[in-house]
Amino acid sequence: MQLARVLGEVVSTIKDANLTGIKLLILQPLSPAGEDTGRTLVALDSIGAGVGENVFFVRGREAAFPFYPAEPPTDAAVIGIVDHWDTE
Amino acid sequence: MIIAKVVGTVVATRKDERLVSTKLLVARPVDPAGKAEGNYLVAVDTVDAGTGETVLIVSGSSARMAAGLKDCPVDAAIVGIVDTVHVKE
Repeated sequence: MQLARVLGEVVSTIKDANLTGIKLLILQPLSPAGEDTGRTLVALDSIGAGVGENVFFVRGREAAFPFYPAEPPTDAAVIGIVDHWDTE
Repeated sequence: MIIAKVVGTVVATRKDERLVSTKLLVARPVDPAGKAEGNYLVAVDTVDAGTGETVLIVSGSSARMAAGLKDCPVDAAIVGIVDTVHVKE
């Protein structure tokens, strides 16, 4: 799992039927220091996150699990909103 | 998933039999502002996208969860056509 900041949203009308009703968020992955690191990506929202919030997300096949028993075709999903984090 | 722009099509006569009658498109990833970045890739189209359209591409084993691609040898599938991208500055 990785930390990220929600940059924005994507609107798509024509899409896989299993993606219907699920919000699409644009994420910018963050380093532990809070700096942008790596490329932006699009992830499904499973918890009601919004633009400007810090979240953590899961990559890979497991990204579909929060939507069980539905199986949306996704390789990334936001699974938590971060209140705060501490690093040494 | 990544946002990408479709730049062309791929035609292949000899291919894995599970790919018969799938549509293959060439796409290039773009950032949220629409600027091209990174390498071109070939993806299976499941939503009737076309050249010039901005699409959502799912990668890796998750691509097989797209409609009609169960047990197909694919690692990239187009699963949505992007209408708009909203980025808060």
